[in-house]
Amino acid sequence: MLKVENLHLYYGDAQALSDVSLNVPDGEIVAIVGANGAGKSSLIRTLAGIEKPAQGTITFDGQDITGQPSYKVCELGLGQVAEGRQIFPSMTIKENLEMGAVINRGRAHAERNFERATTIFPRLKERLDQAAGTLSGGEQQMLAIGRCLMGEPKMIMFDEPSLGLAPALVQEVFQVIHRLNDEGITVVLVEQNVAVSLKMANHAYVLENGHMVMEGTGESLLNDDRVRQAYLGL
Amino acid sequence: MTWDTIANIMIGGVLTGLVYALMALGLSVIFGVIKVVNFAHGEMMALAMYAAFVIFSTYGLDPLLATPIIAGGLFLIGYIMQRALVAPFVTRPEHEQFILLLAVAILLVNGLLLIFGPDAQSVMVEYGFDSFEVGPLILDKVKVYAAAASIAVALSLLLFFKYTRTGKAIRACSDNLRGAQVVGLNIKNLYALTFGLGAACVGAAGCLLSMLVDITPMLAPELTLLAFIIVIIGGLGSLSGALLGGVLIGASEALAGLLITPSMKSLFSFGLLILVLAIRPQGLLGKRSS
Ligand SMILES: Nc1ncnc2c1ncn2[C@@H]1O[C@H](COP(=O)(O)OP(=O)(O)OP(=O)(O)O)[C@@H](O)[C@H]1O
Ligand SMILES: [Mg+2]
Repeated sequence: MLKVENLHLYYGDAQALSDVSLNVPDGEIVAIVGANGAGKSSLIRTLAGIEKPAQGTITFDGQDITGQPSYKVCELGLGQVAEGRQIFPSMTIKENLEMGAVINRGRAHAERNFERATTIFPRLKERLDQAAGTLSGGEQQMLAIGRCLMGEPKMIMFDEPSLGLAPALVQEVFQVIHRLNDEGITVVLVEQNVAVSLKMANHAYVLENGHMVMEGTGESLLNDDRVRQAYLGL
Repeated sequence: MTWDTIANIMIGGVLTGLVYALMALGLSVIFGVIKVVNFAHGEMMALAMYAAFVIFSTYGLDPLLATPIIAGGLFLIGYIMQRALVAPFVTRPEHEQFILLLAVAILLVNGLLLIFGPDAQSVMVEYGFDSFEVGPLILDKVKVYAAAASIAVALSLLLFFKYTRTGKAIRACSDNLRGAQVVGLNIKNLYALTFGLGAACVGAAGCLLSMLVDITPMLAPELTLLAFIIVIIGGLGSLSGALLGGVLIGASEALAGLLITPSMKSLFSFGLLILVLAIRPQGLLGKRSS
């Protein structure tokens, strides 16, 4: 579904990604783990068309999307639940969801996707006219996921979806990700919660200082000594 | 001076102020979304005033009826200006944006000066001296029409932002630009639309103001300054603030004319500005920056 080859990204002179390659097969969950500042979010933003890579190619669903602006990438069905949620705080929940369906892809199925999002997160439906900025962190994360679903994505990249959430909500978010994957959505998962994400993932990559240093099945990385030491504190 | 006269003058000021409010609304829309200050705002207004003058003197078309045409024309100019000129500067330092738009302003004023000369022109519609009499009040017809048209344009813009998909998408860009990228909004296009809408506001305002005041190229920088004063008084980025500020400035100008002499009107506007900055630095309806 997504194939990334030899990606390089710079912020001015500083290199954030160096020769990153990655493969996300259709229908799978692929985890990317790495320390703070490793470049995980930069990678996701580059795949989403928000940052422009200096080198490398990104192929999504058979199409070369390297250097394409984010609105074109979204239109092809590559959605994301971004770091920091990135909701529209002064707009209502309803308007936030609507904004997820401005792309043509979402517009065509807006009603069905609205049903879907509000069925998964009934709490959103209870307060459609409330300003999104007044929601709790967990509710904002639900809104971010719901808004992403409004765009009818084939694949969703989640960037730290459980960050700052109460344990019960963390569970709920992971269950939702599982459920969406069961419904056929391919998932890329970046998580500080390394153990959980490796358990969920079919395949996983380790990013260090902008380099992909390791890859394997979720299980093999979970049992790898270096991973256990560096990320699981074991 | 009787109370009736005072009331008449003040209401006249408020009516003119509503036209100013529309002008300031344009500035506020552009700044609120694109975060670029349009230093050529008054110059674009002067352009619209001359357009109204030319259309009136060649085709005899009433500026009230020419408003949609001129607003449309300015929309196009604003849209293209954003796409071709301002877009590359959006992420650059503010002083560079300032110089770019100042250059546009200077080109516009001097272009107008070259074509029309420094002498004042005026648009004199048939009903220019007519008035509505409401009890003891005598309201200039042109002012009432211009104010009503300004309210109509401002109101349709606010409804556009509140209810249409494109309007909401523009609000989303101003609310959280990264979020707008995340959901796949076409930001370049939305920014160009926004600049176009801001320009259309000032275009409509200029067209309407052409019925109320004499037109000279040198009016342009004054109008730019006035738009800033209004927006700062009302609160930067607040659309309702721009409307309130416009009305207040219109009233304070009238008050200046009443108490001292009309040429002292800037004194009152600046006085009001300083007063607001001292008491409520974020502007009357502005949000305190966090
Ligand atoms: N917009 C930017 N401009 C300049 N440098 C940036 C920018 N965004 C990120 N960086 C730098 O790029 C590197 C990678 O950052 P990134 O946010 O991608 O890491 P991350 O793995 O997501 O970290 P975290 O776990 O903290 O979210 C860091 O050194 C960061 O300081
Ligand atoms: Mg990150």
